[in-house]
Amino acid sequence: MKKLVLFIPLVLFVVLGVFLYKGLYLNPKELDSALEGRPVPDFKLEKLEDSSVVITNHDLKGQVYMMNVWGTWCPSCKYEHPYLMKISRQNVIPIYGINYRDDRDLAVQELNRQGDPYSLNIFDHDGRLGLDLGVYGAPESFLVDHNGIIRFRYAGPIDMRVWQETLFPMIQQLKQEAIEGKAS
Amino acid sequence: MKSRLMTLLMSVALVFGVSLLANATPVDTYQFKNEANQKHAMELARSLRCPQCQNQDIVDSNSPVAKDLRMEVYQMVDAGKSDKEIIAFMTSRYGDFVLYKPRLDSKTYILWLGPVLLLLFGGLIAFIFIRRQRTSVAAEEISAEDQQKLAELLKRQ
Repeated sequence: MKKLVLFIPLVLFVVLGVFLYKGLYLNPKELDSALEGRPVPDFKLEKLEDSSVVITNHDLKGQVYMMNVWGTWCPSCKYEHPYLMKISRQNVIPIYGINYRDDRDLAVQELNRQGDPYSLNIFDHDGRLGLDLGVYGAPESFLVDHNGIIRFRYAGPIDMRVWQETLFPMIQQLKQEAIEGKAS
Repeated sequence: MKSRLMTLLMSVALVFGVSLLANATPVDTYQFKNEANQKHAMELARSLRCPQCQNQDIVDSNSPVAKDLRMEVYQMVDAGKSDKEIIAFMTSRYGDFVLYKPRLDSKTYILWLGPVLLLLFGGLIAFIFIRRQRTSVAAEEISAEDQQKLAELLKRQ
């Protein structure tokens, strides 16, 4: 019994060691979104292509959709763009763009040139919606369920791997929930 | 000799000068309502971490997010919002991550109380150890035989 007691420090050391070793491989840039599980914040912003059209969060509600924060100034958004085009052609989910801290003309030009994967583009010039969404860099994507609740945030460029392994299964699940929710 | 000392002093001065420049923080053109507000807002902003450049506070960082956040803090302070409200505003958007000083809740008990517990644990072990040693020393009394030997040894001198 007495000998066993002597092993306590070793056990403590090993536990702490394993804990810290695991910590070495965590990515400090991956932050949990504080918005997950909360409704899309209220906003009232102009459409990117047409300043006379005003869009609010209530206009988007009612179906599962993805919000994608982007800007022409953001290189990772350019990397992500072809994948978004692919996704939009597959017609799986409407993608609503949030043009974040950008120049309207430049953004419209870019979409005309490179193609437009967005069902709708919201012009967030001063970044207020971005701030309310807790955006800390573009691109960021949010999955929103049929009740208008943010269910998942992905920070970083979407590529095939992220889409197939994370986003697509999640979307399927949200759509299933939407069907069940409507049936009941 | 003298010139060498001079060079040394100059290089030291240069190093300090450069590092002072490197520490300069971004300057904003925000007009506070009064000086007290300014002091208070800066203090509060210094306790908030920039989500983009994670080892800088939002006053120190050049990133657009940090700029937005500190402007928000400045405006909220000027609008007479309490610290609690401002911190709630920040954490509801960016999570507890933005707080340099973590809050005391069920997730952070181990963080806050761990060191105290470790200290108590160590103290307890040290206490037991020292007590045990003291009692074992006291128990070793010299026997009559040893006493005699000792006396003989002392006499020989």
